[in-house]
Amino acid sequence: MDVVNQLQRQFIDYSASLHREGFLDDQFTQLQKRQDDNSPDFVVEVASLFFEDCEKLINNMARALEQQQGVDFKQVDASVHQLKGSSSSIGAMRVKDVCIAFRSFCEAQNREGCLRCLQQVTHEYSLLKNKLQTLFRLQQQILAAGGSIPVVE
Amino acid sequence: MDSCNCIEPQWPPDDLLMKYQYISDFFIALAYFSIPLELIYFVKKSAVFPYRWVLVQFGAFIVLCGATHLINLWTFTMHTRTVAMVMTTAKVFTAVVSCATALMLVHIIPDLLSVKTRELFLKNKAAELDREMGLIRTQEETGRHVRMLTHEIRSTLDRHTILKTTLVELGRTLALEECALWMPTRTGLELQLSYTLRQQNPVGYTVPIHLPVINQVFSSSHAVKISPNCPVARIRPAGKYMPGEVVAVRVPLLHLSNFQINDWPELSTKRYALMVLMLPSDSARQWHVHELELVEVVADQVAVALSHAAILEESMRARDLLMEQNVALDLARREAETAIRARNDFLAVMNHEMRTPMHAIIALSSLLQETELTPEQRLMVETILKSSNLLSTLINDVLDLSRLEDGSLQLDLGTFNLFAVFREVLNLIKPIASVKKLHVSLNLAPDLPEYAIGDEKHLMQTILNVVGNAVKFSKEGSISITAIVAKSELLRDSRTPEFFPVPSDNHFYLRVQVKDSGVGISPQDIPKLFTKFAQTQSMATRNSGGSGLGLAICKRFVNLMEGHIWIESDGLGKGCTAIFMVKLGIPERLNEPKLPFMPKVPTNHGPTAFPGLKVLVMDENGVSRMVTKGLLVHLGCDVTMVSSSEECLHVVSHEHKVVFMDVCVPGMDGYEVAIRINEKFTKRHERPIIVALTGNTDKVTKENCMRVGMDGVILKPVSLDKMRSVLTDLLEHRVLLEAI
Repeated sequence: MDVVNQLQRQFIDYSASLHREGFLDDQFTQLQKRQDDNSPDFVVEVASLFFEDCEKLINNMARALEQQQGVDFKQVDASVHQLKGSSSSIGAMRVKDVCIAFRSFCEAQNREGCLRCLQQVTHEYSLLKNKLQTLFRLQQQILAAGGSIPVVE
Repeated sequence: MDSCNCIEPQWPPDDLLMKYQYISDFFIALAYFSIPLELIYFVKKSAVFPYRWVLVQFGAFIVLCGATHLINLWTFTMHTRTVAMVMTTAKVFTAVVSCATALMLVHIIPDLLSVKTRELFLKNKAAELDREMGLIRTQEETGRHVRMLTHEIRSTLDRHTILKTTLVELGRTLALEECALWMPTRTGLELQLSYTLRQQNPVGYTVPIHLPVINQVFSSSHAVKISPNCPVARIRPAGKYMPGEVVAVRVPLLHLSNFQINDWPELSTKRYALMVLMLPSDSARQWHVHELELVEVVADQVAVALSHAAILEESMRARDLLMEQNVALDLARREAETAIRARNDFLAVMNHEMRTPMHAIIALSSLLQETELTPEQRLMVETILKSSNLLSTLINDVLDLSRLEDGSLQLDLGTFNLFAVFREVLNLIKPIASVKKLHVSLNLAPDLPEYAIGDEKHLMQTILNVVGNAVKFSKEGSISITAIVAKSELLRDSRTPEFFPVPSDNHFYLRVQVKDSGVGISPQDIPKLFTKFAQTQSMATRNSGGSGLGLAICKRFVNLMEGHIWIESDGLGKGCTAIFMVKLGIPERLNEPKLPFMPKVPTNHGPTAFPGLKVLVMDENGVSRMVTKGLLVHLGCDVTMVSSSEECLHVVSHEHKVVFMDVCVPGMDGYEVAIRINEKFTKRHERPIIVALTGNTDKVTKENCMRVGMDGVILKPVSLDKMRSVLTDLLEHRVLLEAI
């Protein structure tokens, strides 16, 4: 049981740190609460979907912004909007914040700004992905050790 | 010889004398016979002769006399006795008749004489009557003239026409040489020649008003004869002849107390104009009484007509003025509307424009904070963040205030925990208060309901603002917050006489009093407290960092909540008390376990709230879709997911009770889908409830949703509790206005 406790504590700390650093917000907690016996992998599923979506959107945006002649800002804006929606649904706060800034650059049709934001988004997204994957690994470990995932407030 | 019975005349017949006698007799007889003939002839001719008997007598007498003289002719020569006999008889008869006639005439001659006198008398009378008739006719004619003149004068309401007509008609009726009207000037000290009959444009002669002759005319209501040499009458160039008689009459200018007639002379007391009439100079005419009467009557009529004209002029002027004012007002109103529209447009644009960069600044500064920074850089970034937060608050405040003033801010009514609001305020204020070493105490009355219906966010904002002010302006001491339910005696406060709150069964009045022991406010500053941007001298310090809007916003919120807010202070240095009352609703279901914002909600909710409820979720974004599905599955619903509008329309059926659709995704028209769903299900109870999930909750989005027939709007991201309460409300009432 020590292992389980330790793992659980680790999990709680890690979660707390993610929240503190602004990677995740309340929405994520809500999602976690949704996880129960009926849907044990709910959060993981949502997260994977999110990652897929993100990558696809980021690729779209990169392609659109690379056009030398006539960047289609509308398309970029649409993608950013999607990304913003997804990130806010999952509770990825930092990604969402970058998306907000990104949108304003899109509306201003500022290519430089957009490129910078895109970089940021990619950066944030990879950070988040890493962190979440760590979190999920911890979860798996706890479950493997026979414990239950503690509920984080 | 036989003795003949002849009588010899005394004288020989050849005598000359005899001859003459013979001839005279002959002529006398002739005359005597012809006289009755003449008499008879003329009497027959005349209609009336009352003395026929006398005539007969006289005729007889004359005839007999004539017979006598005729027979006398035979007596000049030798004549027989018979002739003498006849002669004698004739003479006797003549004597008898003439004596009779003489006697008769004694009676008749006085009668005849008196007839003559009567005739004379009648003739005189006839002449007199003729004269009078002539007079009456003249008068009648002048009366006709007056009527016609009056008619002419009264038929027009134009002042100039009236006066001109008067002069012309008078001139014609009375055959005047000149007729003039002198009007008093604005100063009232002079009479100015305004209208004349003959001269087209009278030069502005003026005459001082206080001449004795003028006073004489003004003091009498009759027409007065004046000398042709006085100044008012000297309006014609002097002619060769004697000037005709001149008459002057006053024309009262009726006093109109209500009107200010601008280009007429000032009317204070009785004012008169002077009308001067001049008879032709080379006639020997005199002013007759009836003519003077005519002039007086006309003068009065003119006065009346002029007053009517004046009234009309004034009312026309007033009407023109009103029309001008109307036009000006209309223009001003349109300009104001344009200005308001411009301002609203500006605000709408600014709303978006200002917030977007602010978000960017805040977001990026906070991101920047997370990176590696030197201490100076960190300090700089923190300052940037603080300033931008302040600016953001200020922008929000200003925008709130303008929306409040616009009236476009509406309260978000909802059921909330009143105690929790106060506790939250306390928690927020405790850190600052403890730094300043202020003691904060909260007293909630025992009869204060725990839950209330109202705008929680704005109520908290108001309480926070008031308490924050109390803390801000106190350097030491304590702050006490008291909240009670206001009873009717307290409701009618002597300081707020115009505020008459009436509690009822579903509402109560919350009275919050915040007392501090701070710097206080001087009495003359108290009225200015709630005005925008006004900061009193003693309170405005550089560090207080308020924009002066806080209390103004509070006041407006309190008013929106049908309440009242005021501040009392005993003076500088004696602290102050802020009190406000707002109207809150009493919730019906006080024991509702499904109320949101319950502190420390346990994470594992027991049985599912909506078993088997079939819902349809339409969202293009996969992640959102999944999250929403997770939510609803957790609540026990049977969720179908679609990712496009065509799929949605295809799949939706009357089995689905609720449809959640995302409307903020550009390119997918959620509204269109809603309309089509409405069309598909004609009966209302078959139609599923349509709820929009959206990222922005401005009025336009809400209105659009309501317009297409959606039943509710939810702001993303949705928490579990929110979703639960939304579904509860929806299924109970079939309508949900909004859930944030």
